[in-house]
Amino acid sequence: MDEHGHCKDYLKNFCDFIDGELPAELCEQLKAHLAECTNCTIILETLKRTINIYQSTAESERLPEDVHSRLLARLKLDDDWITKGS
Amino acid sequence: MIEDKDFSPDFIDRLTAGDRAAFAELVEKTSPRIYGLALRMLSNEQDAEDVLQETYLKAYKAIPDFEKRSSLTTWLYRIAANEALMMIRKKKPLQQSVELDDDNDEGEAQPEIVDWRYLPEKELASIETRRMLQEAIDRLSTALRIVFLLRDVQGLSVKETADILGVNENVVKTRLVRARLKLRDDLSGYFRERLVSEVQNG
Repeated sequence: MDEHGHCKDYLKNFCDFIDGELPAELCEQLKAHLAECTNCTIILETLKRTINIYQSTAESERLPEDVHSRLLARLKLDDDWITKGS
Repeated sequence: MIEDKDFSPDFIDRLTAGDRAAFAELVEKTSPRIYGLALRMLSNEQDAEDVLQETYLKAYKAIPDFEKRSSLTTWLYRIAANEALMMIRKKKPLQQSVELDDDNDEGEAQPEIVDWRYLPEKELASIETRRMLQEAIDRLSTALRIVFLLRDVQGLSVKETADILGVNENVVKTRLVRARLKLRDDLSGYFRERLVSEVQNG
């Protein structure tokens, strides 16, 4: 980080920047800063990657078969309600 | 991802009319996500299963009161989030009284600067890394954890997350920033050690 305080001001805006919600003017300022500051670039890119890692763990989400069976039994849906349509 | 567009008006009509097949379909479509939320929130398989079952038992009872114009996604997640938060309060009552309104800035720690931008995907797939990802979530306060899980892991919008938790959108945004930065710091600390040991081992 070049100037500690300076970088910290930008840090606050990283999440809005990632979510595409940072106002245009601040966005340009941040991009100009990133072009000159390797540390902030690393922080921003690893922040994006952190979010992506967690998102990808959820994509392959499955309900374990035994948990699924017990859920249907508890809800009394373990007759032919489910299989009827499939 | 659970989205309102997955539920047609006809489906919601059937559901609110007490159609068991529609309820079964709701369970089939949404339970993996609800279980995933509970498991990450509680970090315990038995507790997550209890929350899963309670969520659908409560949902079934509450269906007659469901306002058709409101969001089914938000409604279901609200029940699940409340169940998970209740379970946490039951398990750790003292911790929760401190944590739930925890919106203070905890110090002005310097962010970890570790360049793991180009770390290979296979590094992330290891069992050890997966365990670390959950441990990092566990270290977040309950208030930050639920916001991060709903917004970033379940993929809900800031507005939906705010509606589910009954807080305003700015609160969600503030908590989300803190949760994301904390997790990034935690992951950076972990990958710093991995990168160092990689260099040492050639």
